[in-house]
Order: sequence, then structure tokens, then C-alpha cells
Amino acid sequence: MAEASSITTPAELDAAYDLAIVGAGPAGMAAAKEAAGHGLSVLVLDENAGPGGQIYRAITRSPAPGLAALGADYWKGAPLAADFLAAPVHYAAGTTVWSLAIAAEGSGHEIGVSIAGAARMVAAREVILATGALERPFPVPGWTLPGVMTAGGAQTMLKASGLVPDGRVVLAGSGPLLYLLAAQFVAAGANISALLDTTPSANWGRALPHLPAFLASPYLRKGLALLWKTRRSLRVMRGVSAISAEGDGKLASVRFSKGGAAETLPCDLLLLHQGVVPNINLSNAAGCAQDWDETQLCFTPRLDAWFESSVPGVAIAGDGAGIAGAESAALRGTLAAIGAAFRLGHLDAVERDSRAAPVRAELARMGRGRAFLDHFYQPAKPLRIPPQDDTIVCRCEEVTAGMIRAAVAHGVTGPNQMKSFLRCGMGPCQGRQCGLTVTEMIAEARGLPPTEIGALRLRPPVKPITLSELASLPKTEAATRAVVR
Amino acid sequence: MSATGAGGQPDVIVIGGGIHGCSSALHCAMRGMRVLVLEKDYPGRHASGVNAGGVRQLARDFAEVPLSVLSMALWHRIAELVDDDCGFTSDGQVLVAETEEELTGFRERVRKLNDLGFTHEELIDVTELRRLVPAVSDSCPGGIVSRQDGAAVPFRATQAIRRKAETLGARVLEGVRVETLARRDGVWTVATSAGAFQAPVVVNAAGAWAGRIAAMAGEPVPLKVIAPMLMITERRPHFIEPVVILRGRKLSFKQFANGTVLIGGGHEGRPNPDTNETILDWAKLAESAQTVWEVFPVMRGASIMRAWAGIEASMPDHIPVIGPSARNDGLYHQFGFSAHGFQLGPGTGAVMAELIATGATNTPIDAFRIGRFQHDPPQSAAAP
Amino acid sequence: MFRRLPEARGEPLNFTLDGKPFSARSGDSVAAALLAAGIETCRATPVSGAPRGPYCMMGVCFECLVTIDGVGNRQGCLIPLSEGMRIETQQGARAIAQEVA
Repeated sequence: MAEASSITTPAELDAAYDLAIVGAGPAGMAAAKEAAGHGLSVLVLDENAGPGGQIYRAITRSPAPGLAALGADYWKGAPLAADFLAAPVHYAAGTTVWSLAIAAEGSGHEIGVSIAGAARMVAAREVILATGALERPFPVPGWTLPGVMTAGGAQTMLKASGLVPDGRVVLAGSGPLLYLLAAQFVAAGANISALLDTTPSANWGRALPHLPAFLASPYLRKGLALLWKTRRSLRVMRGVSAISAEGDGKLASVRFSKGGAAETLPCDLLLLHQGVVPNINLSNAAGCAQDWDETQLCFTPRLDAWFESSVPGVAIAGDGAGIAGAESAALRGTLAAIGAAFRLGHLDAVERDSRAAPVRAELARMGRGRAFLDHFYQPAKPLRIPPQDDTIVCRCEEVTAGMIRAAVAHGVTGPNQMKSFLRCGMGPCQGRQCGLTVTEMIAEARGLPPTEIGALRLRPPVKPITLSELASLPKTEAATRAVVR
Repeated sequence: MSATGAGGQPDVIVIGGGIHGCSSALHCAMRGMRVLVLEKDYPGRHASGVNAGGVRQLARDFAEVPLSVLSMALWHRIAELVDDDCGFTSDGQVLVAETEEELTGFRERVRKLNDLGFTHEELIDVTELRRLVPAVSDSCPGGIVSRQDGAAVPFRATQAIRRKAETLGARVLEGVRVETLARRDGVWTVATSAGAFQAPVVVNAAGAWAGRIAAMAGEPVPLKVIAPMLMITERRPHFIEPVVILRGRKLSFKQFANGTVLIGGGHEGRPNPDTNETILDWAKLAESAQTVWEVFPVMRGASIMRAWAGIEASMPDHIPVIGPSARNDGLYHQFGFSAHGFQLGPGTGAVMAELIATGATNTPIDAFRIGRFQHDPPQSAAAP
Repeated sequence: MFRRLPEARGEPLNFTLDGKPFSARSGDSVAAALLAAGIETCRATPVSGAPRGPYCMMGVCFECLVTIDGVGNRQGCLIPLSEGMRIETQQGARAIAQEVA
């Protein structure tokens, strides 16, 4: 039986591949397996030490195999990862992808990667970006204090290290994932002081038209079970607003408002979460067009039926294509790989469509009920657009909401001019933690929809590389380019 | 929309909202002219907003020196001129010699400048070089310093100049693309994506797109669209005051007050002026990284945070086109600064306004005449 | 802040933080190892010197930047811990100010 070859140094890379896949989560793993099955030479590039992405983090190297606390949905990742590792592909773990661009000559793309401290450019005729999601920014006073983390971050520690939140733990925010995480932490023995639910009650009205589809969807059963479990085992406070983390140099308490009254809970660990958004830094920097999603309140790439972006030969699958969850991600990855195999001539149109038909049917089934969740769990506006002027928006450059509003009043019209004025989005995270907030803030201040404000133009390297790494780049003809705007 | 609408017909239409267009708008407005700036994107979107911000008289072509000296005087009172200091700091610029041979050439250059009456460039020995730039590699034998030089924040500077021009009555229209130019009865009609505008005088300050504007006026030029690349590091401990440039290898190097280090020097990516996109050439950026590695050992642990390129116009002789059209009355050119026009912005705007208002200037700009590229029989943009 | 599940497996690994000895487990990222050791602050920002600690644990926030075996600005949440690692907190603004003085 064939199996994936691990790439641990740049020297082990082929000069060119039919298909490069960025990300080894469910979409990337499924795409790799599908593409290899059609005879494509495939390179999978992933930042993490093992396959699984965030959702199936550490699935092949769990510190507590079979741990019930993580739930059956997590362990569904195991066969997917096993299939992936059995596929004849090149797999570079612990690898940073820092640039993607159309090759200077001929067709195809060039990808800037760093493996084991050395940089290389790799050529690929087709690319699938399976870069997944990240947690939506949660810009509230004190969110930069040590002791405040994302709930997903704490989940990563549970999956990868068997570490459970300890001491006085408060979860705050909204979204289905928040309840899942709470249930996992409780099942793993964490002592959760409270779950502060910030879902605005007005969302019911917006979500109601989508209720019938939700009732018929697989989400319902899971959701009800979760709600039942968490309600029974921890203190859930609804209708919470105006959250702030307080403490001198580190977190000491969380302050919030419930029913108009201010309350304070002492805590050692505050876990924030208000949904996830596509991680589009690489596709943005590669020039892929994107649009504002009015429901999910984020930018999503503009894609065709095969998940191909506005840049020919670059497809985007998984949650990076718009949030739809892990099982949909794998199906999207499969479809994107079928599309790539067709474009490379490994499938004709009939084979492509017949192969894709059952996958599409399953994807449609998985998507039922999503609209209800998207509407119901839209995060509250004051938790997306900080009303207090001294709240930090750009964590890297410590740019506050007040500075951003003042800049708009001064005539700054968009995030790129804002970047030039205030440096927000210019720090190492490249706007991952402030981009959406800045766009929504400018839109609100100018009274325009976010789609007219647009997104930060991101520049490669999309993750910092050291001067030494760059200096080590071989100066070959097959060089070395990236699109910026 | 027409120019007879709000604001009345302008005296001058400036095409291009870069630092040059905004500066000419400002200086024309200061002389009481009604000015309309047409910008296809937003002011400072391209080379003017994303360049290295070097404010440099150092190492210029001799033809540019008088204009550069004039512009430098304006930079030193920029806050007074535009009500914003534009982030301008004057810590000098140093041209580092990497070899004795280079230093010999530098000596000759400084002597020649002195003969012409310019004293801003000063030859320095290894001791003074080490004092000014302690981090430079031990192998460099000396250089030239221009102590009045410095750097500014490009986007902020362009915006400040634009805003001051607006304060004085200039109008700036963003997202307006010029489609055709025609002149009849002493009046230019500029047809744009937002309707036609009319004025007796047009200034072509369209940067990388100035060649298209010149061609619309029947005056094609051998302009090359280029995409000079830059990269910047994370905030690092402060180690250098002046801007450093090399002659033999392409490098310019500047640490900002916030600690970030900008690495440039003219390696070019590939521009696409139709889409505003540029394609970086990582092999050449790797060369820059290698040069920094050698000249500044202290930088070896630095991280590169971003790299980008601005879209700019370059002329075959690497000096700009400045002055009246050779073929059409009422048309003035101000482009082709060949990736070193940022410092010239304030001064060139002043010269343009002087030319438009008085028909002449005392600043020598003959070397920049557009006619140097014209060998064909004259054409004119006059309507038949 | 975090405690290890009793059933969690993994070999003990030793590391130092600013010269002081600690231990964690194989499979931990550097950032997880710090949190497991009760260390929630790993750096001071280069802008204001404010304390920061690991936040996202998935490589997107760049809050867990530390110096590892002499190399600065490494993302602690993406680097697997290994035996004998020398980890140092980064004192951004202070370090920069010292060099200016």
C-alpha cells in the first residue's frame, strides 16, 4: 500500500507538482486523497506538526486516544487522517507557506515555503487553499490581558496536550462552537464558573424564517443534546453584553452587563469565542477576489462551482471558502480536487460530473440548517464594533477604536489608508486579528455597507520569514514571485 | 457632471493625485488658481504612497541637483507649508563605499559638485562613517554624507499636501479616470469616467500612467512602467540614524523611529498598470536580503514582515519630464521621476505653479524637457 | 490555568525559561508547555511594553512570540517543545529603549 512521504527539508521537495494543497485539515486531507486517486502528483503543505487542521487537531497523535470528552465528531477525523496518510502524496508538516503567485512564465503558480528554517519556491500547476477558519476577533476592553484566550485555543490544548482549563474559568460569547467547547471542557473535568451567552435576543427574529430547514437538519439533534448537557452541568447566563476583562498585568475578573445591571466575576481564565470566519490571508495576498458576506459578517472568496477562485488554477476549499463546518469541508475538498483533476486533463467532463454528483448531494444535505445558525448566532454589534474608544482593536500595533474613529473623521476612507495612517494591520498578525473590525468600524462611521469599504490588501510574506531564510533562497530560473496589489 | 457645475470652471486640471499632482495643485492654489485634481484611484495609492520615503539630495544626477536643493528647503519647512510635519526627520543620508575604488569615484563626484557651487555632499572617511553608521560592516572604507537629508512618511506626506491644497480651494476627485484629452479655442476638454471637465491648463502628473496621457495629447514618450520593490522588518532595537544607500549594489536602508527597518534599493518586480497589481521577484528580494546580511551583520536575525512594490514611471535617461509640452499650449508635464521623485515633490510643484503663472522659472529644468524624446514631425491634440 | 488530564500520555521534556528549569510533555507546543507550567505572560509588546500571553494557539495572533534557542520572534504555539530548549521571554519596548539609551 502506498503512503504519504514526509517532507522534512526543502531538498526533499520536487521542483514542481501537479497540485499543491495548503492545509491538512479535513478539506486538505480529502482533496489530497481524491487528487492522488486521479493520478496527480500532490504536495500538501501544513503548518502544524501533524494532520487534522484545527478541528481534528492532533488526531493522529492524541495524548489521550479515544478520550470521550472530545466527542464522537472529533474522532471522525481519525479515518480521514488515516486515509490521507495512506495516499501517495508528499506531505510537508511544520511548513510555513508565505507567498502564492502566478508564475512569471507559462502557466501555474509559485509558492514560497519555509521548511526547517530554509526558504524555497515550489511550482504547482494547480493550487487548493484549505486554510480553514480562525476565531472572529472579540475586541472588548482587556482582551489583550494574559489569562484571556480564545475558547478554540483552550480546545487546542485539550486535543493536543491533554490540558484542561483549571481554576476559575469563564466562557463568554456566542455560537454553536462555544457550547461544544463548554461541553468538552466540562466532560474533561474543568470547573467552569459561568458561560456568558452574548447572543442578542433580537437574532431570533432574523433566524426564524430559516427554522424549518434547521429542524430537518443534522444540526438540530447535536445542538439540542449539547444545550441539554451544558445547561444541566454549568451556569449559563443569557442576554449578556458589554464584556470586559479586568486586571493589572493579568486577568483578575470579568465584568459584564446582564439585564442592565453590571456584574463582576473573579476569574483566572477567560475564554472568548463568537464564531469563526474564513482564514483568507493567503488567498487575499494571492489576489483572489472576495466579497462581504452579509450573513456571516466576514469576507469570503468569490468561487465557482468547483471552488475555483478568480485566479485561475487556485481553488479554495473548506471553511476558507465560507464557514460550513468540518464535514462540509471534506466534501468541498473532494470537489475542489475533482475540479483540479479535470483542469489538468485527468478527468473528462462526464467523469468529473458523475464523480462529483454524490458528493454534491451530500454537501447539500450537510448545508441544510446552516442559514438558521448563521442568523441566530450573528455576534452582537457592540462586540464587533467596540463602543469604548480605549478598546484595543489592532493588538499588534495597539491601535484603539478611538484612534480608528478619529482617523475616519480625519478623512481616512478605507482599511488600506487606515493602515498607512495608524499601522493597524501592519504588525506580525497581518490584520488577522483586526481586519474585520476595522472594515466594520469604517463602514459604520461612514454610513456605508462593509462591501463598499473593502478589506485590507495583504502583502506577502503572509507570515514573517527571517532575513536569513530569504537570503538562503536559491536564485534559480524557476524563481520566485508573488502577487501583491 | 461638467466643470461648469459646483466650483465653476477650474484654471488648472491636474491629472494624477500622487505627491507631484497634489504638490502642483497646492502651489497653484497658493497662487490663487482654481485647481481640479483628477485621480483614478485615491491620492497616494501608488508610488507616492508606498515608496521608501527617502528625502534625499544625495547621489542625484547633476541635472536634478538644483531642483532637489530647492525641494529640500521646502521639506525643512514642510509643517509650515502643509500644517503637518509629514513624519519628516532629518538624520542625514549616507552613501557607503564598499571598496576603495568606489570611494575614489565618490571623491571625484564631491569635487565636481563643489565646483558647481553645491556643498550638501561631504566626503567622509572610515572614522566618520563608523561614527554615523556604527553597524556598517568593517570592510567599508568611507562614503558621502548629505546631512540635511532624511526621510518622511510617504502616504501621510501625500495626504497632507492634498489636504492643504483642498483647504486652499483645490478640488480632488477620486476614482475618476481620464479617457481623452482635446483642446479647442484655448480650452482643454478632459473626458473622464465621471464626465467631461474643462480648463485652459492641464498638468500631466499621472505617474506610471503619464505615458498614456501624453499619448492622448499626441506626444508619446518612451516611458517604462516599473515596480520597485521594498520590504520591511519587525520593530527592532534602534541601531541606525541616517538612511544608508549603496552605489555598487542595489540597497537603500532606513530604520524608522518605531524600530522597523525598510529595505529597498530599486530591485524591480513586474507591474500590471491595468489591474494595479504587481508581481514580486523573490529572487531579487533574496539578493537584497543577502546584501543586508553582508553589510549589516546586526540584521541577520531580523524578520521580514511585508514586501511590496509601487507602480512608477521610468524614463530611458532616469531623469524626469518636467515643463511645458513641446506640442500643445496649456499642457505641462511632470512625470517619469524614475523611482526617485518623492523628495522632488514639494519643489517641482512650486516650479510648475511658477511656470503656469508666469511662463518661466529660474530653476534650471531644461534637461527635463519632453522634447528630448521627440524626433517625429509634430502632432497636436487640437481638435480638427 | 491549565492542568493535565490524568490519562494524558507523553514523555517528560525539560526546558528553561529565562534560565529557570521547567518540564512539560512531548506533544506540547512551546506555548502549551508555558501555560502548563503556569506561565501566562511570555512577552512585552514592542509598542507599549504591555504584557501578553498566548491567545489563539493556532498560529494566527502572534501573541506567543518567544525567543527559542537564541532565535527571536518564534511562534510558540507552532513549535513543538523539544528536550533542553532554551526559551526566553521577549521584552519588546524595554529592549528597544535600552538600545537607544
